[in-house]
Amino acid sequence: MTYLAKPKLLSADAPRNALGYTRRDYEGAISTLCAGCGHDSISAAIVQACFDLDIEPHKVAKLSGIGCSSKTPDYFLGNSHGFNSVHGRMPSVLTGAALANRNLIYLGVSGDGDSASIGIGQFAHAMRRGVNMTYIVENNGVYGLTKGQFSATADKGSKSKKGVLNSDSPIDLAALALQLGATYVARSFSGDKEQLVPLIKGALCHNGPALIDVLSPCVTFNNHSGSTRSYDYVRQHNEAVNRVEVILPRDPIEASYPPGSLRRIVQHDGSILHLRKLDIDYDPSDRIGAINHLQERQALGEIVTGLLYVDSSAQDMHSHLNTVEKPLNQLGDAYLCPGSKALHALNDALM
Amino acid sequence: MKPTDISAPDYLHKVVDCQWACPAHTPVPEYIRQIAAGDFAAAYLLNWRSNVFPGILGRVCDRPCEPACRRGRVDKEPVAICRLKRVAADFKEDIHELLPKAPTVKNGKRIACVGAGPASLTVARDLAVQGYSVTVFDSGQSAGGMMRSQIPKFRLPDSVIDEECGYVAGLDVELRQNEWIGSLRELLAGNWDAVFVGTGAPRGRDADLPGRKEAAAHIHVGIDWLANVAFGHVTKIARRVIVLGGGNTAMDCCRSARRLGGEDVHVVVRSGFDEMKASPWEKEDAIHEGIPIHNYLVQKAFTHDNGRLTGVLFEKVQAEYDAAGRRSLVPTGEPDVHRECDEVLLAIGQENAFTWIERDIGVEFDRHGMPVLDAKTLQSTLPRVFFGGDAALGPKNIITAVAQGHEAAISIDLFCRNEPLTQRPGPLVNLVSQKMGIHEWSYDNHVSEEARRKVPVKTLEEALKDIKLEFELGYDLKLACGETERCLNCDVATVFTPKLCIECDACVDICPTECITFTANGEEDELRGRLKAPAKNREQALYLAEGLKTGRVMVKDENVCLHCGMCAERCPTGAWDMQKFTIDVAQAGAEAPRS
Repeated sequence: MTYLAKPKLLSADAPRNALGYTRRDYEGAISTLCAGCGHDSISAAIVQACFDLDIEPHKVAKLSGIGCSSKTPDYFLGNSHGFNSVHGRMPSVLTGAALANRNLIYLGVSGDGDSASIGIGQFAHAMRRGVNMTYIVENNGVYGLTKGQFSATADKGSKSKKGVLNSDSPIDLAALALQLGATYVARSFSGDKEQLVPLIKGALCHNGPALIDVLSPCVTFNNHSGSTRSYDYVRQHNEAVNRVEVILPRDPIEASYPPGSLRRIVQHDGSILHLRKLDIDYDPSDRIGAINHLQERQALGEIVTGLLYVDSSAQDMHSHLNTVEKPLNQLGDAYLCPGSKALHALNDALM
Repeated sequence: MKPTDISAPDYLHKVVDCQWACPAHTPVPEYIRQIAAGDFAAAYLLNWRSNVFPGILGRVCDRPCEPACRRGRVDKEPVAICRLKRVAADFKEDIHELLPKAPTVKNGKRIACVGAGPASLTVARDLAVQGYSVTVFDSGQSAGGMMRSQIPKFRLPDSVIDEECGYVAGLDVELRQNEWIGSLRELLAGNWDAVFVGTGAPRGRDADLPGRKEAAAHIHVGIDWLANVAFGHVTKIARRVIVLGGGNTAMDCCRSARRLGGEDVHVVVRSGFDEMKASPWEKEDAIHEGIPIHNYLVQKAFTHDNGRLTGVLFEKVQAEYDAAGRRSLVPTGEPDVHRECDEVLLAIGQENAFTWIERDIGVEFDRHGMPVLDAKTLQSTLPRVFFGGDAALGPKNIITAVAQGHEAAISIDLFCRNEPLTQRPGPLVNLVSQKMGIHEWSYDNHVSEEARRKVPVKTLEEALKDIKLEFELGYDLKLACGETERCLNCDVATVFTPKLCIECDACVDICPTECITFTANGEEDELRGRLKAPAKNREQALYLAEGLKTGRVMVKDENVCLHCGMCAERCPTGAWDMQKFTIDVAQAGAEAPRS
């Protein structure tokens, strides 16, 4: 961390997006996390993704629970709506917010403690209900705030900073999300923004529950040899199945790839995902195949990253529930209280 | 692109834009920190070592450092470096005890300097402390050269010149005023071990136009007129005055005229307003004093009525550029403009005059009448004669004269020791970590976002009444301290150690100006385009380091780095460190590199 606020001075050449904002305009307060924390890189990736997508900051609601990861919404999108909820309860608060106003972009930020331990029930139901959200898990395998005890996602056999071996089986949140019905599932690494930023952009454009499990080394308690969440370990065992490029309808398509190596997926909002295949046999539209692939590779000690699964025709909770288009707070009295005539008509219909 | 070798002295020196731009390489950020710490004497002495005349330059320097200042690339205006220099001079205590003394035992070498301007006095100072016996010959009543004769007293009071020339004289330098050297041959007969010529560019260019001779009584060559004003020979001017020319001399002429009774003073310049040679702040000062500047007008004739000047006739021109971007001024074809006036001051250029140097004694001159010199050593074709200042390579400014004085002094020292002049001593360079704790540095890394402080001035009414009244008051301590905070400490360098880096991206994410990128290496042009923020300023280097585990390289664009140290504060492994770079450019007496 640092005590100083970032100086506002900026070169006149600093890039600006279609709204005229610089990346700096998407930042928040100065981070108080440890120097070198992977979470800060994820915050920077979120800033980059929102900048690239020309998102108006006031159209975003960022919600979180408790933990190092859940502090981070303070450090990005300083001009967006924010809600720091109870430990593990981000998914249900977010679900409520999404039901009340479907016009915002919902970004849930959580950690492996918040989502895989205390909040796992919440996590499961947000996924299976199809809440239209981007759910980012900043996964470092330890409880950083309480000095580095293993979390529920820590690999069996991995070693803590004090030398203790983990004897419990890990929860794979990506595999769980696949099983629970998430329609956009990805895994990435905080130290690889080239992979992470497009995955976040794709998730923000996705219409349905999008989970990104981001391995994010805890530089203080989980970056030693014997850890399976250190910068070195993740880099050495990273097996990306594809590289994603998000293309908005307004962008010119420039890249050309050898035949068969590219997969083009058009999402609900018109955004196009260009998947450059690294594993030629991997099919990101096959949910069961994805689950199997994850399990197989995990058994070999590999960390599978990339866009693991996407359902381009996904529908979200609002279409399941057939809710009203308008945000609830914009529905007038006349609409909400149609009067005795309407009541009679309803009563008559029940007779 | 090849990895950057930051141990090459020039690399980090260039990062300190102000110091690099200063011809005398004054360590600007260091003296600004000393001012901030209230150590004015130390700040003054640091300046004195580099530029010899801090009090003078703090008022009238051409300030090549300020357009170069990094702050100007990220903020509206650069740090007021020049005016902070004046603060050091204004607020220091008596520094006589802190100045070096000339050795009591001399080395037996005798050096003559001709002219007592900034170049000669620099040579004298540099050599006197090394044990040389230096004699300065000057035709004026007191030392200072053009600093005393050309610059109006309302910009540079005599007391400041007296003080700083006095420090040089105090080093056992013999100042022989009122001695005009009329023959170099005769001077050389005096068995000097070396002679330095620092006689400036003493001749103002004249305008040989119709009416010039007839109205001669009302048309003056600017620098002569300024000298006459400086020494009290001229005390008034007519009501309506035209100053021809667009350099700083023109600005001094028009502002002096305003103070001597010129109520309707106009400056007329051939070029466009923006291309004028005068410094922007001098133009501002003139306009502030109610002096209009008219551009694109070329003088054609002086009109007169039986020898009484009635005005100047101008041809209207416009600028046209050829394919190579060269400008020519072409008549517009519009009718000529006649502007009425009672007196004209000509400030259209200065020339050298070496009538006192015989052409058969071995000092060669080129077809422009300039001495043939080695540009680096400043040695003439007669080995023991050296040139410096405006006399050497044409009119420039005080700080350039000082820088050339240092070089000439090195040459004279090497020459007197029978060492090759081309093997010149290199700079002393040091690089030291400034880390004091996890978030503590031995410099103030907080970046001020405040605007440049304006220098308080006398009211126009007071200023125009008295030509000797100094117009600028200088910063008071509160303004000065605020202004020091604006310095970005560019001499505290970001130093990267690749083998410590774990590539966590913390520095990339925190950098306020997005100047750090980790990426695959490539050719510089292509690399510049794909950095986090494109590096468009080709004059500023890319700092590239390799040796990272992923095989990528770290690229830092030096252009807009704020030297805030946030990368180093955020770095979990100390791969980034803030290290103070000191470069002490060699002066006479320094060890030359051994081959």
